[in-house]
Amino acid sequence: MSAARGPQAEARAPARPVLSLRGITKRFGPLIANDDIGFEVAPGEIVALLGENGAGKTTLMNIIFGHYVADEGEVSVAGPDGALAPLPPGSAEAALRAGVGMVHQHFTLAENLTAFENIVLGTESLWRLSYGGGGARARVEAIAASSGLDVDLDAPVSRLSVGEKQRVEILKALYRDARVLILDEPTAVLTPQEADGLAATVRALAARGLAVIFISHKLAEVVALCHRILVLRGGRLVADRAAAGCDRATLADLMVGRSIEVTRTPRRPGGPPVLVLDHASADGERGRGALREASLVVHGGEIVGVAGVSGNGQGALAALVAGLAAPRSGRLEVLGGTIRAADPAAMVRRGVGRIPEDRHREGSIGRMSIAENLMLESVRDGAFQRLGFIRRRAAREHAEEAIAAFDVRCPGPDAPIRLLSGGNMQKVILARALERSPMLILANQPTRGLDVAATADVHRRLIAARDRGAGVLLISEDLDEIFVLADRIAAIHHGRLTPSFATETLDTRAVGLMMAGHDPTTQEPEFETAGGRAP
Amino acid sequence: MIRLARRDNPPLWLSAVASVGAALAALALTAVPLALTGAPVAGAFRLMAEGAAGSLFAFTETLSRATPLIFTGLAAAIAFRARLWNIGAEGQLYAGALAAVAVGTGAVSLPAPALVPLVLLAGAAAGALLMLAPVVFKLRFSADEVVTTLLLNFIVLLFVQMMLEGPMKDPMGLGWPQSEPLVDEAVLPKIVDKMRLHWGFGIAVVAAVLAQLMIDRTVWGFEIRAVGENAPAARYAGLPVTRTMLRVGLLSGACAGLAGACEVAGLKGYLTADLSPGFGYAGIVVAMLSGLSPLGVIPASIFVAGVFVGADTMSRSIGVSNYLADLVVAMALLCVLVGGLATRYRVEFTRRDART
Repeated sequence: MSAARGPQAEARAPARPVLSLRGITKRFGPLIANDDIGFEVAPGEIVALLGENGAGKTTLMNIIFGHYVADEGEVSVAGPDGALAPLPPGSAEAALRAGVGMVHQHFTLAENLTAFENIVLGTESLWRLSYGGGGARARVEAIAASSGLDVDLDAPVSRLSVGEKQRVEILKALYRDARVLILDEPTAVLTPQEADGLAATVRALAARGLAVIFISHKLAEVVALCHRILVLRGGRLVADRAAAGCDRATLADLMVGRSIEVTRTPRRPGGPPVLVLDHASADGERGRGALREASLVVHGGEIVGVAGVSGNGQGALAALVAGLAAPRSGRLEVLGGTIRAADPAAMVRRGVGRIPEDRHREGSIGRMSIAENLMLESVRDGAFQRLGFIRRRAAREHAEEAIAAFDVRCPGPDAPIRLLSGGNMQKVILARALERSPMLILANQPTRGLDVAATADVHRRLIAARDRGAGVLLISEDLDEIFVLADRIAAIHHGRLTPSFATETLDTRAVGLMMAGHDPTTQEPEFETAGGRAP
Repeated sequence: MIRLARRDNPPLWLSAVASVGAALAALALTAVPLALTGAPVAGAFRLMAEGAAGSLFAFTETLSRATPLIFTGLAAAIAFRARLWNIGAEGQLYAGALAAVAVGTGAVSLPAPALVPLVLLAGAAAGALLMLAPVVFKLRFSADEVVTTLLLNFIVLLFVQMMLEGPMKDPMGLGWPQSEPLVDEAVLPKIVDKMRLHWGFGIAVVAAVLAQLMIDRTVWGFEIRAVGENAPAARYAGLPVTRTMLRVGLLSGACAGLAGACEVAGLKGYLTADLSPGFGYAGIVVAMLSGLSPLGVIPASIFVAGVFVGADTMSRSIGVSNYLADLVVAMALLCVLVGGLATRYRVEFTRRDART
């Protein structure tokens, strides 16, 4: 990407806004996904929206586009006369009519229709027998020509490349007279060359007065392409500044927040290796998020943190250690034994304590009782069954002990677990994972969605496990958490695991760069194209 | 504005109320077409009630009709608990009946205390075997078991017809497509003299009690519930998901097979291709009415059987078609589904925020 941003950014600022957000707040239960967010976008402006996963970017865009209704606040879009008019909440149709176009990360095209048919789809009368009457074809061709969006209009979408499909999506929005175009991580699916082409297109469109909101977490392209940068963190708008003068390090700091005071016990060196990954590869779910030739060693008595934006292979890594998958190639050793087949029960028997990423989907069975959830992994043990019959008293006593030991606030062991709050549910899962003093612990996003007290409790338990000699593999998107807990830190990016570094030698900026695929030992990224930044 | 809010924890009594309410609502809704035929509605319902439970004969008739429904209801309830959608109880019932006839018409000669269990076992095994392919295909190739089990029904019925027209045809049957009668040692004894109610009903009740015990108290039941409620979590915890699915499939098929074996060995004495007036499908309604509780299958079966038997009596007396029974049963299923919604959600009235 070349440097096309510059003085025009400042020149445009006083223009009348085409999109205005005021006081947008959205809550999901106790979680505040968007907290009093307000900003304006002027015609011709390219605005970047940065933020980690869970920062609230997607929620905000869904509110603008009418998929969600904000609890508070208002979205206004300028009409053809330039006057701002509030958008009726919760109506994607109204957003479309007002000129808001969105290109989702996952395309919404009908694969069996041609590019042209997809572009005009939904704008033509149902009673027409064929597409493209009334000059539609000429209009699409004119838009394509003037915006440089080069697509074979008569090819079926199923035969187009990813980049072409994206151009069809943008044409679709332009054909509907979009004046605000939202691009949700548009370059995540593109090759570098395609990304450059997209950047040129976006600049051309902006030069003609289109307002563009560009969602990304690739800092380099954001700095090169955008005029203004908004940063969301924890649902709040924490920065709104001109792109001129921003560098990636500052932005990384803004995205992840400054690391909080670290208070932790010193590491006990020299435990035996409890987890060895040697060039291990594993498939991700539905072909995405695979792990590629990852190498990592976790010793007893240390916590190794794996940082990364979700979807970069953490799922495949966790599945390996949880026993849900076996490595496709490479070697996986757990507590001295080589793993060749997927067998979660065998992992439990080996002495691996596993805290799954999703409490509700994988960690608990909502309609079963707390006692039953506590013995989910061990129901066939002699302690809980005799001749195939469940020893109900033993199960109940076991549950009462665990509830007391882990301070689970609940109506009693027979209550269905789905009645518990997230923190208490996580305590039940911790109790199950830790009760047999496992020597290897997989903690995958162990505090996601928990409040401060519950988070501290989980952290305390993990540190206690480490101090009695267990090795902990901590996978987290929360950099603060990684810095608080981990003795060594590695990052995962596009399925590749970086080497791990002692926590004392790193700061959040370095880890942020590692998460984006840069080598932390050099400040300059290895793949930036020429002319991106002035020295 | 009216919206549905999810209940976090529907109380148990509410499900029971929903089941009974659904049954009553179904009866009430049937009054509409009944009135449209010009029949006296109250009289018709009284005749139905009398026909179902007005005398010892009527009641034993209802219970004997409930017997196969308990088995097919259990087949559906157990399978549905594990989210295995076995729609093939009808076919498994016929497979069980065919196996019972194959064993019980003289091929094996044993005294009654040995032959009766053998006949029932053969029926259960045949029903279970028929479930093997759908479950294996589901686990190996993700083949939808709704489709495979449903289509197997037609295959099995055609196979039964072929056998009854060919190798298993009764040479003394005056050309009718029916099997030879069971030998006396293979027949289930009657519970009440001179009535049609047989010990198959007792076996069905015992099966329901055992099924409830299994679901509530055993490791198998624990695994079935875990897999049904949340298969990814069950797999994560290391529970044997594949084996549990296979086990549930075989148990479910065996229950449906027992339905066929008991009908042949207890009621009919021989096999014809019209042995079941849709017991397999009615079993799904029974299971839904019971809220997938094995013990609840017993009253649900008796209700559905009572509707069928009562409707027969009513149609004989006042000339309304006994298809009305099918209508009640179908309505009951719909009402259960609506009732389920009512237990899981509650209606909330909220005012739209003035500002938005």
